[in-house]
Amino acid sequence: MKHIITIITAACLGLTMASAADVAVGSTMPNISSLLPGAALPKTAGKVVLVDFWASWCAPCKASFPAMARLQAKYASKGLVIIGIGVDDEADKYQAFAAKNKANFPLVHDSSHKAADFFNPPTMPTSYLIDRSGKIRYIHKGFKESKTEAEYTKEIEALLAQ
Amino acid sequence: MKPIFPALALGILFFLSSCSSHLVRVKPYERGNLANPLMSPERDSLLLAMTNHAYFSREASFGGRGVGGGGCGCN
Repeated sequence: MKHIITIITAACLGLTMASAADVAVGSTMPNISSLLPGAALPKTAGKVVLVDFWASWCAPCKASFPAMARLQAKYASKGLVIIGIGVDDEADKYQAFAAKNKANFPLVHDSSHKAADFFNPPTMPTSYLIDRSGKIRYIHKGFKESKTEAEYTKEIEALLAQ
Repeated sequence: MKPIFPALALGILFFLSSCSSHLVRVKPYERGNLANPLMSPERDSLLLAMTNHAYFSREASFGGRGVGGGGCGCN
């Protein structure tokens, strides 16, 4: 009887913990166009890419938009590509947010949560900074105003110089 | 009586394993409905202020609302 209980406990724990591994620093960037079918995405080959997950209901995401717009204006010509992936369930809320917070970088709607399920962002917003070879180098959880912006600037400049 | 145990154990295993796929946590990017202001228990600020005032006046000895006072209700 003891063995049976042990087996059941182990099996249940195993099933509970059997989830897909999160995208981590050092892992290779997946092909985003396969995760977002039909979305108009910029070319990312050989560029430094910032993939940002946001939602209309997330206040720090809204606060991060002006910072990312500044980064885009400053570094786009040097090889930075920013992709904002909206994870709203409702398309009208996504569009209303995109219209209100006019971004100078491409925004795409992950309506089916295919990309979000793959990246599994641990908080909102979460952004992934990818180097020119396609490796994820930095993951930013949340947005802490000027602190995060300063980190972005430092990291992007270092990656662009490589 | 004994042969029942393995069957029961297998039954529990199948039952619980089917639960595990449904009892998942709401992921951060799925919290749109939870972030809706309607989900807030404190969405009526006037009602909240009145309730707090009544609570503070009656239960001042409890403290913890961050306001001084002796329970006279005059704050």
